[in-house]
Amino acid sequence: MGEITYAQAINAALRRALAEDPKTLLFGEDVALPGGVHGVTRRLRREFGDRVFDTPISESAILGGAVGAAMMGLRPIVEIMWADFAFVAFDQLINQAANVRYVSRSRLKAPMTIRTQQGATPGSCAQHSQCVEALFAHIPGLRVCLPATPQDAYDLLLAAIECDDPVVVIESRALYHSLKDTVDLDAPRSPIGGARIVRPGSDISVVTWGPMLHTVLEAAHVLEGDGIDIEVIDARWLNPFDTDTVTESVSRTGRLAVIHEANLTGGFGAEIVARVVERGVPLSAPPLRVATDDLRIPAAPGLQRAAIPGSDLVAGRLLSLLKPGND
Amino acid sequence: MRIEEQIVGSVHLCIGQEAIPVGACAALDLTRDAVFATYRGHGWALACGTDPVALFSELLGRETGTNGGRAGSAYLSDPDHGFYGENSIVGAGAPIAMGAALAARYDGSGRVALTVFGDGAMNQGAVHEAMNMASAFDLPVVFLVENNRYSELTPIAAMVRRDDLVSRAGPYDMRASRIDGNDVNAVRETISEAVATCRAGQGPVLIEALTQRLVGHYIGDAQVYRPHAEVEQARAKEPIIVLSATLRADGVSEHELAGIETRVRAEVAAAATAALAAPPADPTAVKEHLYG
Repeated sequence: MGEITYAQAINAALRRALAEDPKTLLFGEDVALPGGVHGVTRRLRREFGDRVFDTPISESAILGGAVGAAMMGLRPIVEIMWADFAFVAFDQLINQAANVRYVSRSRLKAPMTIRTQQGATPGSCAQHSQCVEALFAHIPGLRVCLPATPQDAYDLLLAAIECDDPVVVIESRALYHSLKDTVDLDAPRSPIGGARIVRPGSDISVVTWGPMLHTVLEAAHVLEGDGIDIEVIDARWLNPFDTDTVTESVSRTGRLAVIHEANLTGGFGAEIVARVVERGVPLSAPPLRVATDDLRIPAAPGLQRAAIPGSDLVAGRLLSLLKPGND
Repeated sequence: MRIEEQIVGSVHLCIGQEAIPVGACAALDLTRDAVFATYRGHGWALACGTDPVALFSELLGRETGTNGGRAGSAYLSDPDHGFYGENSIVGAGAPIAMGAALAARYDGSGRVALTVFGDGAMNQGAVHEAMNMASAFDLPVVFLVENNRYSELTPIAAMVRRDDLVSRAGPYDMRASRIDGNDVNAVRETISEAVATCRAGQGPVLIEALTQRLVGHYIGDAQVYRPHAEVEQARAKEPIIVLSATLRADGVSEHELAGIETRVRAEVAAAATAALAAPPADPTAVKEHLYG
């Protein structure tokens, strides 16, 4: 089993879904003949013909088209090229897709997958950099996941496509071509949901997702040198969110930190902290959130580094949980 | 029933516009075609074949409603009759209808999707995105504008450079026509042609049906924005008056016409009574059907 990139894992999942289920369609801006602006959907048009097609630059038509096709029994997979672009068509996701099943008492459903990607990368402007997962996670009726590894990029996307409800799969542009790993392409399909303990530890439970997972793992590695043992949990799914895995971990470590690239206020970290606190898990330090400050995202790499938590900052903040005054 | 607060919330009536749903649905094959309407959609549901008891029940929040009380007046649906629903977001049904037509490319159904919206929706981006994509891909969509001259409470003429909305078909190279929406036969014939065009794979069609609301945008709308004489003039040309005159000219007797009216009024009254007697929507089920 050779190594493939995060982008290639997504491509492989799309290929498998298109091959296995004739009801799947793949469409979006530049996804077919060009193979996607990031090359994620390469060669799929050639293999699957007109079930893979390019659309106008019309996000409402893309998402609304998916809602309509899904209501008729197909399983559209659509791409919103950058998560920031979803804002021009939020209506079709929030007022339309999310309501289909509930308001019809399951007489209608909208089994559609919305692939998008987010986050800052060097030079990405303020309209191509935002982390918007909390906005989607706030909407009842939508499922939301953020794969952080090639295997999860493959598994979570397949689970999303198989789900009978609208699922937003938020990929990481930063990881598309930089992250490589072996991926089991024949793995049995897993259902939606479920966090994963990536690194067991005993001192602090750290919950994170998306590319921030790798920043946190770096920080955990640094702290290991100081004799500090960090447990790292990749949330993977924000809806459904695996509260049990997190509370079980915190009940062992007694400390909770949530770390995300999205900005602090109203971020999903607040929700996780609230859930753990509400369950009455005994804590030996106040819960910690580490996130991007409530800022717009600048383009210059030096400014981005100053705005978005890196591994040094994360390590320092985690250390402060154990050694107050070290912040 | 709304004034007596048996029905609560916004209710948007289509009084004065009945010929459009009745004529259009007569031209559709609702075993496979799909209708996407707006919040002014009770007439569309009935024309599709929705049981009037289920419709009243929905307005009344009853378990027996089309949506078990989850939709209310403005967002109800009845897909068993090809009625994929009202929509309370102006213009939002157009991209969804385009998607239903897109599905027809793959599922072999021969489906035509009809999306109906008001004049105000012609200024919504989503409608234009849908018209463009349907045109670019030759999708079988009938875009039907019920032009009742008012975008909610504002005259459409003040909100557009040209008030012949049918001209919007030009840039999309769509077949188009502008018709008297109060003439049920003209509506049926025009929609029949549009459906044939769509089924033949010749792309979408835009139809502007001219009509007038005989009531406000919602129940309780004082219509201060509307000249007093306008509604009175419109009453003389409303679809039921027009159709009655046509039928008389065709030899239908006053006695027969009166009999039809009596029968329909009794049917509506009976449906309302039956709906009022139905059990309220079950609160213990309120959390069900969010996900599959």
